[in-house]
Amino acid sequence: MARVVVIGAGPAGIAAAEVLSRASVEVAVIDEAPRAGGQYHRAPAPGLALDMRRLLGTGYAAYETFHNDAASVCSRVDYRPGTLAWGVHGGAVHLASRGAAKALGYDALVLATGATDRIMPVPGWTLPGVFTLGGAQALLKDQGCLIGRRVVVCGSSPLLYLAAVQYLRAGGEIAAVIDTTRFADKLRALPDMLAAPRVLRDGLHHMAALKRRGVRIIHGATIDAFEGEERVGAVVCTPPNRMPLRIACDAVAYGHGLRPETQLAELAGCALRFDAAQRTHVPETDLDGRAGQGVYVAGDGGTIGGGQAAAVSGRLAAAAALSDLGATTNDVDLEAGRRMLQRLRRFQRGLATAFRWPGERAGQLDDAVILCRCENVTMGEVRAAIALEDGAAEVNRIKAATRCGMGRCQGRFCGPGLAEVAAISAQHPGSERDRLRVQAPIKPLPIALAEDVVP
Amino acid sequence: MSAIDVDVAIVGGGLIGCMTAFALCKRGRSVVVLERGRVGGESSGVSFGSLRLQGQHAVELPLALRAHEIWETIEEELGESIQFARHGHVHLALNDEHRARLESNARHGRAHGMDITLLDREMTLRRWPFLSDKVVAASWSTRDAVVNPRLVAPAFARAARRLGATIHEGIEVARVEQGGGRFIVHGRMRDGSEPVISSAALVNAAGAWSDTLAAQFGETIPLFAAGPAELVTEPIPPFAAPVMHVVDGSILFRQTDRGNVIIAGHPRMKVDAETRRARVPPDKILINLARLVAIVPRMRAHAVIRSWTGIEGYVEDMMPVLGPSSTTPGLYHACAFSGHGLQMGPAAAVAIAELIADGATTMPIAPFDIRRFYATGQQRTLSLAEEFQADVLPPRDGLVR
Amino acid sequence: MRETVVASPMLFRVASFDTPVVNLTVDGRSIQARRGESVLAAMLSHGGHVRRHEHGGAPRASFCLMGACQDCWVWIGAGERARACTTPVADGMEVSTSPTVHGG
Ligand SMILES: Cc1cc2nc3c(=O)[nH]c(=O)nc-3n(C[C@H](O)[C@H](O)[C@H](O)COP(=O)(O)OP(=O)(O)OC[C@H]3O[C@@H](n4cnc5c(N)ncnc54)[C@H](O)[C@@H]3O)c2cc1C
Ligand code: FES
Repeated sequence: MARVVVIGAGPAGIAAAEVLSRASVEVAVIDEAPRAGGQYHRAPAPGLALDMRRLLGTGYAAYETFHNDAASVCSRVDYRPGTLAWGVHGGAVHLASRGAAKALGYDALVLATGATDRIMPVPGWTLPGVFTLGGAQALLKDQGCLIGRRVVVCGSSPLLYLAAVQYLRAGGEIAAVIDTTRFADKLRALPDMLAAPRVLRDGLHHMAALKRRGVRIIHGATIDAFEGEERVGAVVCTPPNRMPLRIACDAVAYGHGLRPETQLAELAGCALRFDAAQRTHVPETDLDGRAGQGVYVAGDGGTIGGGQAAAVSGRLAAAAALSDLGATTNDVDLEAGRRMLQRLRRFQRGLATAFRWPGERAGQLDDAVILCRCENVTMGEVRAAIALEDGAAEVNRIKAATRCGMGRCQGRFCGPGLAEVAAISAQHPGSERDRLRVQAPIKPLPIALAEDVVP
Repeated sequence: MSAIDVDVAIVGGGLIGCMTAFALCKRGRSVVVLERGRVGGESSGVSFGSLRLQGQHAVELPLALRAHEIWETIEEELGESIQFARHGHVHLALNDEHRARLESNARHGRAHGMDITLLDREMTLRRWPFLSDKVVAASWSTRDAVVNPRLVAPAFARAARRLGATIHEGIEVARVEQGGGRFIVHGRMRDGSEPVISSAALVNAAGAWSDTLAAQFGETIPLFAAGPAELVTEPIPPFAAPVMHVVDGSILFRQTDRGNVIIAGHPRMKVDAETRRARVPPDKILINLARLVAIVPRMRAHAVIRSWTGIEGYVEDMMPVLGPSSTTPGLYHACAFSGHGLQMGPAAAVAIAELIADGATTMPIAPFDIRRFYATGQQRTLSLAEEFQADVLPPRDGLVR
Repeated sequence: MRETVVASPMLFRVASFDTPVVNLTVDGRSIQARRGESVLAAMLSHGGHVRRHEHGGAPRASFCLMGACQDCWVWIGAGERARACTTPVADGMEVSTSPTVHGG
């Protein structure tokens, strides 16, 4: 029987596994996390008395449905939680769990690896107390903790408002929401956003809820600095046409939307292309997620699209994998799925306008600002390396010269900012550009793991 | 790019091409380097970074020592740091056969004036207490050094450029013709344009692809491509100054100034020179890590953060092809460095520059003549099975013409 | 090195665990947590940072909280490398934040 391996047990992975589990293929679902859910439907650790219904509000129904489905799917497949897929090579994924390494061969590989926060460096972003926006939410759902008592939520992302609302519901204080996109741009995005009226309505609802609670919302500000000594103590920002403001806080949740986790796709041999709308590299796929070489990409790991789009794309990817393997898939309505996905993608395009990635900031940051937090490489060091190249700098060359992107996270957090500095120097900011290349292991691998390997 | 007219066109902007350009510029020659990708973007930029003298093939040692003299003052000449550090090199023996190799290497080395100390197990463990007792002996050569390979080719390219060289990236040499006593080099750029370069001399520094260029002139370089697996750890407080290298190459490691430990281990792997893709298979990563912890147990408390390999051109006798073409006056080969081109590079570059400028060289390069492959009955001088995975080596009869 | 977690806690707990108490140490200092907590949540509920950066020594309190930034690696027991944000606490666990105790 053919084996299909699904990486990721978020909405895309579970939806794919759901479809696959009803066909005559062997299905394995791999996830690094101990519980299904991914980032979006993250569930509390066992024994945590967290009222998810209250926390999620109108989002609870989707959460509950997901977890019911996930529980049933995971019981029917070879589900391996707590397992990192750290490499793909020669038709097998390489796994690490509980101190042991294993390889798992596949006939088809569905990558539903999700996304992580996209960050533009800011002076002070490495200070204790500054966390990613997604992380701030994850900590709350998973561990029942807030990142601080008085939190500034900032950046540009629809999740700003959601996270702020959830923090209020959980009993936290929101010092301010600072959205770096201007309100006018949000209005401009409305026509595309109407493609998903429910999501739009929820967003407006969250903004209104924050206003009612007296939370200050600042639109169109630039974030100048996160200040503090051993811990962040304030955010300095400049609203449009105004003097800089200093907002006291003891923690910051920061992010500019998401960037897809494409490392495994790259190792599996998929082509990556620069997507100008998302301003990031994504695996090249057809609408169903076929990425070549028996590999299928679904969910945010392909195109940032949110939970609903992820589930639809997961089903399409599973159907594509099954039909390529010669198995039957009559229970997925492909046409409806594709239509829905296109609609959701249109909405997502609207979001990219309504919550702009401030690429140009990379050109304005002070030389002292840290760009690569793993290797502590500053903007100044990167600019010096670019200057040596007569402006023809390419990201991998800058990486080679400065170590920017060479650290433990392999450029997940400095990559987007680095790409912008390089593009600005090359004087072709919107065009096709190079990206940091990744290598196995895609996350640090404790060497002790190899102790039992026979050399 | 309009037609360029130069004294010397160099095909390949690896460290050999860039060093040769620098050496030629110093001799007042006009030079263009034609590089398909990026300067140092292939094996030159990804090497282990070791400038190893100890254990070099006896025939190569004279040239290696000349190269080392150049390395020792190169940063002053370049006007920038390439992180040259004379940390020394330690060969480790894990068994009696290894130990015998250390002894014979030491004899050779000392005959060439190298400072090599042999240590028994007890002395070895006292000197480097982080080693396990699997190590039975060591030989320590003090003059060997390391550099940061990522910085080398770009630094030489900049230095050459300052002296007037033209360094062209993103241009592939598609074909070379001869006419009027000159080489007419046809390039191909990514945008489809096809610049033409005319030169009096041509240098083949095309790395793992140099056999293709040689073939255009009716010459056979029995080259095959392979790559060693490289791994790097997260930064660790300094503990291992010299390069440590089990003498059969099964594992070697060094610690950078920032604390990261770079780990390599033979046999070398198959790589795809055509698609220019090369990755370290996960199994190989695990095997090399297992070998590492066996001799440095404390490494188990750290994590490996990345792997890589590169596409390097080897020949069976593991010696470079260095010197004039056997068929075509004005053509020079500087390729097939077989795993140690970084160390030998500066001397190889001077040799080629002297051949072009003076018609002769003071560098000891006679053993590296391309005509050696035409003699029949060529012998394998090394145990290649130790050096390469079985699927890498070309069939035996494909090699000798 | 007894480098550590400064006194003021980073995190603010808004939901509690109804699980057994576990005792662990962080750089030799005893702290209590509940089963189900991550090492990171336990550390930041008792202190203001997770580690000092190896280049420059600045305090770091992790960043992504989801296993992506790799800024929260610690050592457990006799030198098991572990990521604090994705590792659950266990009774008797000894966490250390500096590599020196493992001989580098
Ligand atoms: C992983 C690894 C580790 C190593 N470790 C060491 C070490 O520790 N010490 C040591 O001394 N050596 C080491 N080596 C070997 C050393 O790196 C090589 O011998 C050396 O880099 C060879 O330099 P090169 O310029 O000949 O080759 P390359 O760097 O491969 O340069 C050749 C260049 O030619 C270009 N080219 C090819 N064909 C064309 C064409 N038609 N048109 C235009 N351009 C073309 C290519 O793009 C390439 O950039 C290592 C090699 C590898 C791969
Ligand atoms: S906090 Fe980012 S990996 Fe743990």
